[in-house]
Amino acid sequence: MKKLINTPESVLADALAGIDAAHPELKVDHVNRVIYRAEPTRAGKVALISGGGSGHEPLHGGFVGFGMLDAACAGEVFTSPTPDQMQEATKVADSGAGVLHIVKNYTGDVMNFEMAAEMAEAETGVKVASVVVNDDVAVQDSLFTAGRRGVGLTVLLEKIVGAAAEEGQDLAAVTALAHRVNDSGRSMGMALTSCTVPAAGKPTFDLPDDMMEIGVGIHGEPGRHREKLADAASIAKQLVDPILADMDFTGSPAIVMMNGMGGTPQIELYIMYNEVAKLLKAAGVEVVRNLVGDYITSLDMAGCSVTILKADEEMLKLWDAPVNTAGLRWGV
Amino acid sequence: MSTSTISLDQLIAWLSRFRDLVTEKQSYLTELDSAIGDADHGANMVRGMNAVVEKIGAEPATAADALLKSVGMTLVTSVGGASGPLYGTLFLRMGVNAGPVTELDAAALGAALRAGLEGVVARGKAEAGDKTMFDAIAPALDAWDVAVADGADVAAAASVALTAADKGRLATEPLVARKGRASYLGERSAGHIDPGATSSTLLFQALVDTVSS
Repeated sequence: MKKLINTPESVLADALAGIDAAHPELKVDHVNRVIYRAEPTRAGKVALISGGGSGHEPLHGGFVGFGMLDAACAGEVFTSPTPDQMQEATKVADSGAGVLHIVKNYTGDVMNFEMAAEMAEAETGVKVASVVVNDDVAVQDSLFTAGRRGVGLTVLLEKIVGAAAEEGQDLAAVTALAHRVNDSGRSMGMALTSCTVPAAGKPTFDLPDDMMEIGVGIHGEPGRHREKLADAASIAKQLVDPILADMDFTGSPAIVMMNGMGGTPQIELYIMYNEVAKLLKAAGVEVVRNLVGDYITSLDMAGCSVTILKADEEMLKLWDAPVNTAGLRWGV
Repeated sequence: MSTSTISLDQLIAWLSRFRDLVTEKQSYLTELDSAIGDADHGANMVRGMNAVVEKIGAEPATAADALLKSVGMTLVTSVGGASGPLYGTLFLRMGVNAGPVTELDAAALGAALRAGLEGVVARGKAEAGDKTMFDAIAPALDAWDVAVADGADVAAAASVALTAADKGRLATEPLVARKGRASYLGERSAGHIDPGATSSTLLFQALVDTVSS
């Protein structure tokens, strides 16, 4: 394992210290491992809190700031944060207007956020709503599993719903919008290499040099299948086809994210974006906004994911609203 | 010396023994979890149980409910992942069921464990055969209840429960996981023993070690 770390045990603490050092506009609670905006939540504004295992940066800490999240709870690498962290974040970030928990659909995240919501409501009376993001079409037979995983759509949802909270929508409206975004987007990912969890010290799975894993998650979980490495055009088709098979994206503008998994250079992401854009055009999907880059990663895994969101007029307006975070910034 | 009931000190010894066993078996738990999960079960259980042993050493409880609730909260706040809420809920519910007593007989401990299992089911929605910790704990408690109906004490009940837990654990090997991260493997999850069922079996092993020696 070759990594820029001090010790495997101190990865999270050291990274949080770095975020603290780099971003005076953020406030880091090192004990509870929560990243807040430096300014307290404005009175009357619904607070958005997300969180999850670390290793997916810039998600979630990189999306704390004006127009997106109010707080992000950081767990150990690929391990859900704990309810006490989330309860503390909920209490601190609440302005009285209530809190929306944005949870990616993983068993640990869902159970810990559920416990946190129960504890926060019981002990402090904060109104807590939640949305569980589950956009990964790679998970088939979702009735017989823990359900579809929450992946790339989380980024788009945090942006759009963050803008709605910023403009003063109440908890019920913000929550309804969050569910609408979740219902309107799908993702699919692939890997060229495994990731290496610092504490494990070796790659999570073996993937021979000439093979790729299609339908991979963001923790080195296996995908739908493995096959011989192919060119970008064929890989793009393998990502786009299952998404379009799952949902009809025609007849409405779409936002597309070509996301890097952490170990893939941007030049390759642009090659992939081009292939994806061609396929979507041929399929009659009108792409009106896009993101190309590393937004929800899997440590050092090489690979990418595609997220497509069928955006209505309100979502597009909120997408274009100003945002000022370490990981996403425009209009300010 | 065999034990007919379990005292507060023995409950503490049980937890401490469980810590030792998960530490001893950490790499085995990690290996099982690498095959069908995310390779963190060993480390998470060791971190959680170290925190538990430290906590109950620093703040000695005077009754079973306080002890077990403190264990549950410590696990919830130190483990993370899915194991934290599941093991945490198991002990929290055990505490509520046990009440403010300083000694539990076999029936009372069985009832507390059963309440804990019900909490795990409520939290994780697992059913028999989903390839989870349920598949070790449920048969163990069924065996426990049968033994207690036949007049078994804590040591005897724990012994049959361990046998049943281990059998249930081994029987998870051919199963296709339907809960947790392992479920994403589909058919590929078959052929591996479930790590959660394995750590749950160690809980009964620790109990046997505590009350039989």
